[in-house]
Amino acid sequence: MEQRLIANKKEFTLKGFFLQWEWLLVLLLIGVFVMNSNLSEYFLDSANLRDATMGFLDKAFIVLPMVFIILLGDIDISVASIVALSSVIMADLYNHGVPMELAVVICLAVGTICGWVNGLLIVKYKELSAVIVTLATMIIYRGIAYILLEDQASGKFPSWFKFLGWGYVGGIPFILIAFVFFAVVFWILLHKTTFGRMVYAMGNNTTAARFSGIQVDKIKIIVFTLAGLMSAIAALFLTSRMGSTRPNIAMGYELEVIAMVVLGGVSTAGGKGRMIGAILAVFLIGFLRYGLGLVNVSAQMLLIIMGVLLIVSVAIPQLKQRFAYVRRK
Amino acid sequence: MKQTATNSAALQGAGPDKNGSLSANIAKFRELGLLLFIVILSVGVQLRNPSFLTWENISDIATNTAILSILAVGMMLVIITRGIDLSIGATLALSGMVSALTVSQYPDLHPLLAVGVGVGVGLVCGVVIGFLVSWINILPIIATLGMMNVFRGLTFETSGGKWVSAHQMPESFKAIATGSVFGINNLILIAIAIYIVAYYFVSHTRTGRRVYAIGSNPESADISGIRTGRILWLVYSIMGGLSGLAGVLWVSKFASAQGDTASGYELSVIAACVLGGVSIAGGVGKLSGVILGAVLLGILNNALPMINVSPFWQNFIQGSIILIAVLVNALVKRGIDRNNLMRRKI
Repeated sequence: MEQRLIANKKEFTLKGFFLQWEWLLVLLLIGVFVMNSNLSEYFLDSANLRDATMGFLDKAFIVLPMVFIILLGDIDISVASIVALSSVIMADLYNHGVPMELAVVICLAVGTICGWVNGLLIVKYKELSAVIVTLATMIIYRGIAYILLEDQASGKFPSWFKFLGWGYVGGIPFILIAFVFFAVVFWILLHKTTFGRMVYAMGNNTTAARFSGIQVDKIKIIVFTLAGLMSAIAALFLTSRMGSTRPNIAMGYELEVIAMVVLGGVSTAGGKGRMIGAILAVFLIGFLRYGLGLVNVSAQMLLIIMGVLLIVSVAIPQLKQRFAYVRRK
Repeated sequence: MKQTATNSAALQGAGPDKNGSLSANIAKFRELGLLLFIVILSVGVQLRNPSFLTWENISDIATNTAILSILAVGMMLVIITRGIDLSIGATLALSGMVSALTVSQYPDLHPLLAVGVGVGVGLVCGVVIGFLVSWINILPIIATLGMMNVFRGLTFETSGGKWVSAHQMPESFKAIATGSVFGINNLILIAIAIYIVAYYFVSHTRTGRRVYAIGSNPESADISGIRTGRILWLVYSIMGGLSGLAGVLWVSKFASAQGDTASGYELSVIAACVLGGVSIAGGVGKLSGVILGAVLLGILNNALPMINVSPFWQNFIQGSIILIAVLVNALVKRGIDRNNLMRRKI
């Protein structure tokens, strides 16, 4: 067993600074930019770049809390279903005469409750892993969405709601501003507060964290509830962008979100990883997909690429550790 | 385990801690309870719709359940080792598609060879996942989530997005699933054969027992000289091979191979396992429970449309079944553990 500690502030060395996972992501991101601008001369246009971000940022809101969940060594595969359920409930209420403002609030509440239920079940039934709990709730949440809307689509939202997904503030897409805002909030929460330190401590060793007085259950519930809330926010932006909603909305988002987080260097064993990596990975995957779309790569091929990307980004750190272990021997 | 539960329940009598003995008893009577539930459900549905318990419908349920129960054997082994496999629906689709394309190209191919092609493709898929899980140490959920998408994408790519439909398949291929020996449908016979082999494997071979040992305690299994990596690899390969077999049977039964064949079917299989008492925490699971779980799910899937439950309820019901079953399993395990602790004190 490798000895793992939560290190104090590391000493700054130039070599250490540049040998970080994040620099690899930056290089990859530059590579994607070069590839894309070769594919299309319009790619590097500022208006194009700006609008491209609008296409993929909706799921990025879920990436932020998913970093916390994976840092805890858990996983949440129900997020896409929470998006679907909160979006469907919002649309259904609006079309039954509830004012849109209230429907939006209820949408956020539904997401929060869904996340809270996940957290509560995981904490109360410690024998069950988060995998199986969120697997079950994944089916249940989407199941409720199907019961509510069957195979119908629901839409016709008021015009102001469109602003979320399509609007600009001072020439910058509103969704980008919102994402930057939440990214900063989550970055501060993870790296500058005791809450964040506690999450790292729990990810490294939950038992030790509990014995040193961290309320592990409470933190776990908060983290899963946050995931629910952010999924609902993602639902708002996605629904606004699509203009309507269906029960099968956001299908497969969990794969992409998890892929973004692990590509961002967050270890699935828990306790290792940083917010900035995940944020870089959001843009990396987003622009990669955009570029592949430019050359007409089919949706099925994208599925394969996303799957391989997920596997490779989990495999690299594992292999690195394995070879380091062999070398020590 | 069982013996302990009985003893301590007897010793305890009508002690204050009734809950413990109750939940431990569920473990003891799980198979009986499932059986009882199946009977009650069947009678209830029969009262609502008299065409439920007809010979035709029962054989329909049986053939439908056969595929589910074949997959459940593999999934049981995977879950016993504390893993999970979300990719089997995609593996099933891929191997079904490849074998369907093969027979549509070579209509004279012997059906057994077509089955061989499907099993081979499934086996390769399983070996890949086993490699990722055992050798590279990727969490099963992440490895299978990733490969699920890869296999699903490959299914679309190999077929070019087209379907292989009934008229492209030779009669001999369709006969794999529709034919019968001694009046019993082939699917049921295949399922029974697999259960016999699996029973021998898990209870009478060393490798089979090692699967349980790894699930109960991976560290001590490793220390006692079990090559955990190899066993894990084997388990996922078996799962893949069974999915491949199920893929051929599925395509032959429905006489159509599509890109989205069996999407989401892995959830039914997991539901069958947890209903049958396979513990997600690993190390616990019996074939008798799994087969009853599969039968119960098969009956539910067949019965719900018959009593006019909207198909849109199906997801919700299935999810609830999984959740309730795993919660009950967890409570049962708590009861057994508590009883064991009490026994130790005495």
